[in-house]
Amino acid sequence: MKKILLSFMALGAMVFAAGALEGEVQKQPLNVSAIIMFLVFVAGTLGITYWAAKRTKTAKDFYTAGGGITGFQNGLAIAGDYMSAASFLGISALVYGAGYDGLIYSIGFLVGWPVILFLVSERLRNLGKYTFSDVVAYRLKQGPIRSMAASGAIATVVLYLIAQMVGAGQLIQLLFGLPYSWAVVLVGALMIMYVTFGGMLATTWVQIIKACLLLAGATFMALAVLAHFGFSFEALFAKAVEVHPKGEAIMSPGGLVSDPVSAISLGLALMLGTAGLPHILMRFFTVADAKEARKSVFYATGFIGYFYILTFTIGFGAIVMVLNNPEYLDLAKQAIEGGAPILGGNNMAAVHLSHAVGGNFFLGFISAVAFATILAVVAGLTLAGASAISHDLYANVFMKGKVDEAKEMKVSKMATVGLGVIAILLGIAFEKQNIAFLVGLAFAIAASANFPVLFLAMFWKKLTTRGAVIGGFIGLLTTVILLIISPVIWVEVLGYTEAIFPYKHPALFSVTAAFIAIWFFSVTDKSDDAAREIEAFDAQDIRSQTGIGAEGASAH
Amino acid sequence: MKKETVEQIKNDPKYQELVSKRSRFAWTLSIVMLVIYYGFILVIAFDPSLLGTKLGSGVTTWGIPIGVGIIVIAFILTGVYVKRANTEFDDLSRQVKEALK
Repeated sequence: MKKILLSFMALGAMVFAAGALEGEVQKQPLNVSAIIMFLVFVAGTLGITYWAAKRTKTAKDFYTAGGGITGFQNGLAIAGDYMSAASFLGISALVYGAGYDGLIYSIGFLVGWPVILFLVSERLRNLGKYTFSDVVAYRLKQGPIRSMAASGAIATVVLYLIAQMVGAGQLIQLLFGLPYSWAVVLVGALMIMYVTFGGMLATTWVQIIKACLLLAGATFMALAVLAHFGFSFEALFAKAVEVHPKGEAIMSPGGLVSDPVSAISLGLALMLGTAGLPHILMRFFTVADAKEARKSVFYATGFIGYFYILTFTIGFGAIVMVLNNPEYLDLAKQAIEGGAPILGGNNMAAVHLSHAVGGNFFLGFISAVAFATILAVVAGLTLAGASAISHDLYANVFMKGKVDEAKEMKVSKMATVGLGVIAILLGIAFEKQNIAFLVGLAFAIAASANFPVLFLAMFWKKLTTRGAVIGGFIGLLTTVILLIISPVIWVEVLGYTEAIFPYKHPALFSVTAAFIAIWFFSVTDKSDDAAREIEAFDAQDIRSQTGIGAEGASAH
Repeated sequence: MKKETVEQIKNDPKYQELVSKRSRFAWTLSIVMLVIYYGFILVIAFDPSLLGTKLGSGVTTWGIPIGVGIIVIAFILTGVYVKRANTEFDDLSRQVKEALK
């Protein structure tokens, strides 16, 4: 029983690792149709980058595609940013291994979106220009607050990037039969090209195309599965229960959410973390006004929700069509461990299913889509990280706002190349490391450092620079420290037998610590600066409520 | 923004109407979403077998329509908000801006 519980936990960590495939990965034979389809994708996106490069002239073009993206396009792009290879492969693998638990995870990833719409998106659009730090720093002291917000943003971006790079290397090794380091360098080089030459415009279109491909591929798979069962979910579930070793247990919650504290903490990290991811927040500045920002979230929620329902169906399809199918069995592993392990591990369930329903051609298509998915996500991340460096740290902290646009853009391009090189190096360095905690950490930092400061900057009149900076750093540090002494790192990475902090998800504690610290250090701040900052709230609030004075769209 | 302008907008009854209506609506919808989600999570934490109850004579459990239902509700709530914000709230906001001219 304990072993089953442990494997559930491992599965949960795996989904959080966003495409990070755990354990040894065997190189597969060269997959020609997948490579051809992937090359078509690369050629297409590079063409778009060329087109976008000619339209990217000003800093506004570079950071926000000139603010000329429509709500529908941005909704697709947000979905493209959010539906990582992990959501696709990881959640369908979770459903394949544990059934219903996969749905619980999907719901956690989705429910943050309506709350972002109701409370964050419009204000964000009305107050910001290029980065979420613009919003945080609106009435506070630029130097300290931007340094703090940029630290949170860069920490989130780099952790997320490493996880994506390692996931990309392992996935490509499996799908295409290319060596790990080639794959990492290829992903890094392509993302540098998209972002430095095409800026936000190219990144947005890469996201949109990837979202359409992923949704189309997943729809075809789900329909193909359902067609086998006369479009009856009951018949699909009945067959799955019949063949799955866990039997009827796959139709109800298992061991994924074990105690209330972990459950609530994970829920908080997923919900508030989504609202604190810099690359997601940045997408709201690409539309013309608050109205388009709202529409973006409406469409994004629809696409993401639909996608999760598809992955759930695909997971059950894999139980029926991949499990026990000798074609996909890892015979070597079975000889040692018994059971019915599939080639490449559970994360490959959806990929094997694509072969089962559509043969080699469709397998190639889905492999190419999985690769494209990673490319799109890393491009968005890199752009967000580069903006934090060039717009927040260089232009506003280092140069105190006195910098010309051309120089700022040059710095952001250098930052993009720099981040790309760092991502490649760390991706290679982390190849054999257990990186399952990285995305969990990125979400937890986003929830405990970025979100509380952003939220209170928009909603709480009495916030001061001192409160925001100290509170933000306390949120950041609490998250990192609690995670290090939690089972996730203390036991699984460092190898101690018992963790000092018993819960796997620190968000409940670190978010609370951040809010309390921001409150305390703000209300005790009696300086003249603080008084001015409080007084400036009313003007800020009017702009955030009505958009009066907000950055408009340029004609594109 | 000038201090007089700030005061003028703050005293505009249309602006006050916009702010109070929208905050009430946004917070109500947020709380609805949070109650649904955390209700679901707490059922899983305290009484998971509840969601494992059979729906009918087959193998499908209550957990399936409830889980999928939460995804659908999340989407519907965003639609409800966008509908009202794009009409009523944007109208009020436009009136506030026009009063400034």
